[in-house]
Amino acid sequence: MTLRSASPADVDAVDPMITNPVPIRRVVWENDDTFTLTLDIRDALPAFSFLPGQFNMLYVYGMGEVAISISSDPGKKGTIDHTIHRVGSLTTALAHMKRGDMIGVRGPFGSSWPVNVARGKDVIIASGGIGLAPLRPVVYSILRARKDYGRVIVLYGGRSALDLLFRVELEEWGNNHEVETLVTVDRGDSSWKGHIGVVTGLLSYIKLDARNTVAYVCGPEIMMRFTADELEARDIPVESIYLSMERNMKCAIGFCGHCQMGPTFICKDGPVYQLPQIRPLLDKKEL
Amino acid sequence: MGTEDLTQILLQHPFIQGLGEDHLKTLIGCAKNVRFQEGEYVIREGEAASKFFLIRTGRVALEVEVSGHGGLRIQTSGPGEVLGWSWLIAPYRWHYSGVAVADTRAISLDGECLRKKCEADSSFGYEMLKRLAEVMERRVEATRMQLIDMYGLTTTGGHK
Repeated sequence: MTLRSASPADVDAVDPMITNPVPIRRVVWENDDTFTLTLDIRDALPAFSFLPGQFNMLYVYGMGEVAISISSDPGKKGTIDHTIHRVGSLTTALAHMKRGDMIGVRGPFGSSWPVNVARGKDVIIASGGIGLAPLRPVVYSILRARKDYGRVIVLYGGRSALDLLFRVELEEWGNNHEVETLVTVDRGDSSWKGHIGVVTGLLSYIKLDARNTVAYVCGPEIMMRFTADELEARDIPVESIYLSMERNMKCAIGFCGHCQMGPTFICKDGPVYQLPQIRPLLDKKEL
Repeated sequence: MGTEDLTQILLQHPFIQGLGEDHLKTLIGCAKNVRFQEGEYVIREGEAASKFFLIRTGRVALEVEVSGHGGLRIQTSGPGEVLGWSWLIAPYRWHYSGVAVADTRAISLDGECLRKKCEADSSFGYEMLKRLAEVMERRVEATRMQLIDMYGLTTTGGHK
């Protein structure tokens, strides 16, 4: 039920406002306030497919919905992951759920990371905090066709070592030499031997073939703004830089206007944008 | 190591790139190749800031001693970066400690020697100051971003 690729007849058949009951297969805590829900979609959504960067609306019965990016491998069938930061009542309710509990799912929605434009090029995947979650499907997609891409560099920043997501995978990606992984934290203690500082600082350790590089950036908006500036300063073409935006999404199909940002609806036109599409809005107050 | 070898090593460091030949010769007289093992202190809080370092390989963490919490690490300097500017600013004392968190190779530059040369040759002094100001600007900008605690700002419902 991928809306982007559906034919008009399919769209008639699938109402994007209808939520589908799906059981939780697993809950994994990534850190103190972030967890990954693995949903078993074999029976409820057997034909479900998504593109990296798309999101679902997750419905907690009796409470409401929240937009959450899909964080699993798009090539994996039968289950999908959502990595969720516990920040409000809805995400706290999701955090209390366990294996076998049911939630509602509708989606996938929104634009996707254009992974294919990076074929034959080097790739920078720059993320901060929970921003690694919507980019994890990009890494998986590239790893499935690794030979089609040049260097793949994952830059990731977190508040502290304990706050980092997907630590085992970051280590695996780095160890298997298919991905260059640089991780930095804002604060370290004597046990942390890695980088300390902002994620943009990691770019100074990489020699880039800038004109042949595509960058995908996701994290707090201020981090994306500074990272985009730094990438541009290093001669990466602006049209090769993509960001994922976040706003309060309700309907997810561009009707309600909750996620409107200037002339664009994040749920429908985004969340992934090419930098020139979104740059004029990044510095605007009250947007 | 001969002056010629040291020159070649220095020329590979971003801090030196674009420096005029005369200024490079002036700088070489104060430079030395150094190496630190993981866990070794490169600089110590409160001690005289008599040097600064151009990191070639490895990584040095800036550390501040906080009572009850031990050494808190606040920033790292890696390949191509500069460690220390207190050698240029009175009272020439380190405000932080720097510990090698990986085996590290660097060029050590004698601060007292450089200060004298900066005083004697204002063109050289200005060139050093411009380059260090750039390092300071980047560090201040990075520190401001760390102060924002941007990863704590994600307040919406978990998308991303």
